[in-house]
Amino acid sequence: MVGMAAPQTVPVETPDVTEVPDADRVWVTIVWNDPVNLMSYVTWVFQKLFGYSKEKAEKLMLDVHHKGKAIVSSGARERMEYDATRLHGYGLWATVDQP
Amino acid sequence: MTMFRRRGGECVARFTPQEAQVLRQVVAELAALLNEADRDDPAVERLFPDVYPEDPAEQEEFRRFTEDDLKAAKLDQASTVLSDLLDGGGEVRLAEEKADLWLRALTDVRLALGTRLGITDDTDLVAELDAAVGRNPSSPLVGQLTVYAFLTELQESLVGALMD
Repeated sequence: MVGMAAPQTVPVETPDVTEVPDADRVWVTIVWNDPVNLMSYVTWVFQKLFGYSKEKAEKLMLDVHHKGKAIVSSGARERMEYDATRLHGYGLWATVDQP
Repeated sequence: MTMFRRRGGECVARFTPQEAQVLRQVVAELAALLNEADRDDPAVERLFPDVYPEDPAEQEEFRRFTEDDLKAAKLDQASTVLSDLLDGGGEVRLAEEKADLWLRALTDVRLALGTRLGITDDTDLVAELDAAVGRNPSSPLVGQLTVYAFLTELQESLVGALMD
């Protein structure tokens, strides 16, 4: 339940312009190779979850397959956690990192 | 072996009673595995991978907020297959949304079984199966490898039918 407290103004943080603070650095979702998932299925999942073209999805799948991993999305941390959770729902092995 | 084909807007397959029985059994076993959720089981570990493998505190926090939903979704996928596929087999017709759930369930079953069987990138399934049959044609290993191969072909056909 939302209480009856008076509305509060959230102070806007001023980013430090001289260096990029850790919190503002971009996060990534990484998909790792595994010996079970089918290449066709992984391609389909990338298309379905991220709306990627078949060409882009296939390239990412091949990167996962040959290089062992690929960055499949990047952005805010919460968004990457959401992406990783969705990938886990499809049985892909995904982690979140801030390179 | 039964395969999915595209028919109109649906993916269609006709299962023999034996295929239906096998598939229902492995999906039911998956549901049991998900319900037990034994963290020391490598199959469970694979079904719920760490998002932050190098940061146990963050990982624990993340797991606390997400694992129940993920588990519920996986159980839901499994029960979809069990309700769509009758014990005696027969035709299964999947519209896109259902095909999605089936693909996820088949993936989870293959992940669990593949972990148990120690499948790696270098595994030659046909050679493994030949060797296992050579040792003992009626061993549980022969059965598991056969089921794994069946599930792989079935899933491949469903992805193909969906993308047709």
